[in-house]
Amino acid sequence: MWKWLHPYANPEVSYHFAGRMLPWLSALAALFLSIGIVWALAFAPADYQQGDSFRIFYLHVPAASLSMGIYLGMAIAAFTSMVWQFKLADASAAAMAPVGAVFTAIALFTGAAWGKPMWGTWWIWDARLTSELILLFLYLGVIALHSAFEDKNLAGKAAGILTLVGVINLPIIKYSVEWWNTLHQGSTISKLGKPSMTADMLWPFLFCFIGFILLVTLVICIRFRSEVLSRNSIRPWVRTLVSTQLAATEK
Amino acid sequence: MQFDSFSAFLDMGGYGFYVWLSFGVSAALILALIVSSVLGHKKVIKNIAIRQQREDKLRQVRKQRKNTQVDLTQHSTKEITQ
Repeated sequence: MWKWLHPYANPEVSYHFAGRMLPWLSALAALFLSIGIVWALAFAPADYQQGDSFRIFYLHVPAASLSMGIYLGMAIAAFTSMVWQFKLADASAAAMAPVGAVFTAIALFTGAAWGKPMWGTWWIWDARLTSELILLFLYLGVIALHSAFEDKNLAGKAAGILTLVGVINLPIIKYSVEWWNTLHQGSTISKLGKPSMTADMLWPFLFCFIGFILLVTLVICIRFRSEVLSRNSIRPWVRTLVSTQLAATEK
Repeated sequence: MQFDSFSAFLDMGGYGFYVWLSFGVSAALILALIVSSVLGHKKVIKNIAIRQQREDKLRQVRKQRKNTQVDLTQHSTKEITQ
């Protein structure tokens, strides 16, 4: 049943597959993000309590949920690489870490810029904010470990162990607003079945969210291709690919 | 449209600084990520090409050296037999 997946275990096949996705992903991400952000900034209604500062929500929530989603993806890749010795999984985990770090930084920054006018402070050491900051440090640790070893298999193993230990942080971030008293508001979207938002606020959010997911997939594909090339640099298919690409640029 | 004028749009109901700061910094971070990823891919290809050329050159030098050594030994054996 899963046999169609087998060819993608080959680095060459998945390199070219990721390459074919790039134009589609960039076009769709640009489309969704431009619709979503214009809608969010100019056409969505202002919040009845928070006024127009609420528009930061359209960046903050997608970035925060993606920061956790990318971490989960990285953890699954690390687990796959550790249990089944599947080397491409290490390449994808290494590709995800910097993207996740950037989106965690965006979530933290937009949160601070939203917190200043709403709570009166840029930062507070409460459960949600602190656990999200720890997520950023986990990402930075994983990036550092991936580049700390000349031997990429060893690097993947070390980074994978840190990634898997850090998974404990994900439920802490998710449920921090329920387990502890906090300034951070409860969730708006993920109440299953009934989001507590009106449709004219929800639609631009969905456009932004899907747009950011496409953008993240695009950047991960670009970085995955670089990781695959540098990990397979002595393979014949990489040698021919590099020489033909170089000849094309020199012309 | 939620805003009457462009200046009202920029003002964001008094929250303009925070809203535009958030969107500006996020856009800058994402742009930097995309640019560094694309440049990084080009750099990886270039590095592999440079190493490949160096290896090819080494192999050629080694081959030439081997050939000249073979020549020398042939010469010397000839001289001895003469």
